[in-house]
Amino acid sequence: MTTSTAIRRPTELHARLVLPDVEIGICLGTGGVAAGGDEVFAAFEAGLAGTGVFAVVKPREDTCPGSCASIIGTGCRGMCAMDVLVDVLTRKEGVESKVTYGTVTEKMVAKIIEEHIIGGEPVHKWIVLSDDEPTSHNEFYQLQDRLVLRNCGTIDPEIIDDYLEAGGYRGLYKVLTEMTPERVHQEVLASGLRGRGGAGFPTGLKWKFAAEAPSATGEKFFICNGDEGDPGAFMDRSVLEGDPHSVFEGMAIGGYAIGADHGYVYVRAEYPLAIKRLKIALKQAEDRGLLGANIMGSDFSFHLKIKEGAGAFVCGEETALMQSIEGKRGMPRLRPPFPAQSGLWTSPTNINNVETLACVPWIITEGAEAFAGRGFEKSKGTKVFALTGKVKRSGLAEVPMGLTLRDVIYSIGGGMKDDKEFRAVQMGGPSGGCLPASLLDTRVDYEELNETGAIVGSGGMVVLDVDNCIVDTARFFLKFTQAESCGKCVPCRVGTVRMLEILTRICEGKGVQEDIGLLETLADDIKAGSLCALGGTAPNPVLTSLKYFREEFEEHIHEKKCRAGACAELTTYWIVAETCTGCRACSRACPVDAITGEKKEVHVIDPEACIKCGACYQKCRFDAVRRQ
Amino acid sequence: MSVGQGVESAVEAGGFDEAPLRDLLETYQDQRGALIPLLQGTQAAYGYLPAEAMESIARALREPLSQVFGVATFYAQFRLVPRARNVVRVCHGTACHVSGAPLVSLEIERNLGIGDGENTEDMMFTIENVACLGACGMAPVMMINERTYGKLSPDSAVKAVKEFRAKEEAGNGSGDTSAVPEVEDADGEEA
Repeated sequence: MTTSTAIRRPTELHARLVLPDVEIGICLGTGGVAAGGDEVFAAFEAGLAGTGVFAVVKPREDTCPGSCASIIGTGCRGMCAMDVLVDVLTRKEGVESKVTYGTVTEKMVAKIIEEHIIGGEPVHKWIVLSDDEPTSHNEFYQLQDRLVLRNCGTIDPEIIDDYLEAGGYRGLYKVLTEMTPERVHQEVLASGLRGRGGAGFPTGLKWKFAAEAPSATGEKFFICNGDEGDPGAFMDRSVLEGDPHSVFEGMAIGGYAIGADHGYVYVRAEYPLAIKRLKIALKQAEDRGLLGANIMGSDFSFHLKIKEGAGAFVCGEETALMQSIEGKRGMPRLRPPFPAQSGLWTSPTNINNVETLACVPWIITEGAEAFAGRGFEKSKGTKVFALTGKVKRSGLAEVPMGLTLRDVIYSIGGGMKDDKEFRAVQMGGPSGGCLPASLLDTRVDYEELNETGAIVGSGGMVVLDVDNCIVDTARFFLKFTQAESCGKCVPCRVGTVRMLEILTRICEGKGVQEDIGLLETLADDIKAGSLCALGGTAPNPVLTSLKYFREEFEEHIHEKKCRAGACAELTTYWIVAETCTGCRACSRACPVDAITGEKKEVHVIDPEACIKCGACYQKCRFDAVRRQ
Repeated sequence: MSVGQGVESAVEAGGFDEAPLRDLLETYQDQRGALIPLLQGTQAAYGYLPAEAMESIARALREPLSQVFGVATFYAQFRLVPRARNVVRVCHGTACHVSGAPLVSLEIERNLGIGDGENTEDMMFTIENVACLGACGMAPVMMINERTYGKLSPDSAVKAVKEFRAKEEAGNGSGDTSAVPEVEDADGEEA
């Protein structure tokens, strides 16, 4: 608690005088932009201006001449499979009505403007979510509980007033006016919040250690780890792109709690949009006195810098990350000393992940009990999962801890894509593992998932169907960790290469009886002999696959068979004469012209020329192309 | 991304233009942890890390060249040789991998006649296989420069590359991809 009496409430810092008659929110997260969000935005701008009915005003303009409409770009709202998503909110005589359109393209914009915005009747066939009528996609949000993603998709991340209006910086105001630093870490500890980057360490405890550590340099640092490197996880990117201030506010609260007045946000260079939005947000927060010197007029100062990573997965490890900020190669070092004792430039340092920090302002304003009231046993609150792979609705889903994998995949995700058979779900990326259908009732809970051999990790959840090979997936992760090993510890540097060689020969049909035992021995050695979590968990994808899908490894080795048809060397393709209609779909699809045959006559695959890509198999509508 | 233009303007034929580097050194030289931002700035200016630039940086920071070289080769972002004017980044994240990224890569590589990390002879394209672009909901994805293409099939990926080349060759040469037609969803698959 600071003694200054001149602390200004953040709510006094903004004003919103006029509400437009129409508000359009277009998803401009990476997914939205990839699907053509910028073009849709431009089409709305031009289309609305062209009607002559509405004046297109900037969001938060103070005057509105007659009828006006505003258009904002928002962050990701999670339902990435339906991008571009467009919210249309209309106000008539004080009544608001909002619908969301999915898979919007430029061409659809004119109709939406004409029929809905001017005519008043929504274009029902394109609606994916609606306040007024249930749609098949309402299920996507039904089981979700959005705390971390509370503002993602609803506010414009480039306008600080949007964040303030949503209650932003009130948590920081509360700690500066009502709470001592000790009280802050007690509150966070009481909430049960645990690190969302994968390790699951209690955040409040981490803060307590950093707060109590004496600093020989007189400095302490607070770092946000935004080096989201797990392939298949993108929740941190979505938060940074869609709600950057929530992370800043969490950091400032943490900085106050541990006594740090300098902070760094370390972001992957592969996330250019996140970096751009963070820089805009930082400037706006500093201009409003919400970051920088004497925040809100108090005695507390907190200066932030944005640091771009340079492409190294291992920098997600906290000691490697600090090396990288110092301008060195990002190599982990032995702990202790822990960063809380000796971190960045040997000063006490606290590092938290993006999602963890986004929870903090919510915990402070809503109270620790509200957070602890959600979740399951020792896993409190919510967790954001990146649900991808072979599910109908892929995207970001934030659920209370304790929901089952089945709930997430079948209710939120809508079940298997193309109704194919479920094979496995990969949890926790390169540090995690593949779980079979028999474990679908496992809860998403740190302890329960650890028992299976998979982990909550950063929250990647990739669903595999019968066309995906488990051995190939294990090889995929090993290839990744092998390439990303920093090289410091020999077991990790060399051991992952040897494991990858073994997996590769199994996939190529050259595996031998001893390979499985050799994989297990190597895995144990790498786990035992590596300094950091990268090496310590690198064998997990192989070990869990061996635990639950051992027979598939054995099939590859003994029967030289890949049941998924994914391992090219073990797969052959041929055409069945009885069902082939000579439609030529397969020969046109073949990239190497290995399929020959006249139109309306039976086609033939030349096994010598065939590269086993499976393009013909996917194209054939008559079940004439077979594989084994 | 204006990587290509940078190469031509900054490295004159036969000589090394120190000017952009001097500006960078002035900005960063006295900051703590300056090396990585300096290398990033250098690469943005020159398109890659010329040996002369790394030597100058080492002198200015009073660090051994081995340290600078070590950092430059540790991080995936840095390149020691020039890249082509446009970069095709094919995502090989988990979601893309299980949704067919290997085939997408194969087709693009066959079409361009180059492998991962290589430049086409006319310096039009470099292919880079990357770990994850974070657009997993649209898998498989690739980027040509700053634009992301999602829900690819091998065919639609090659089509996008070909259309990009046609636009470039038609003369705008600016790396502007906004006019490239939307890539269709693979085989009309449910979006």
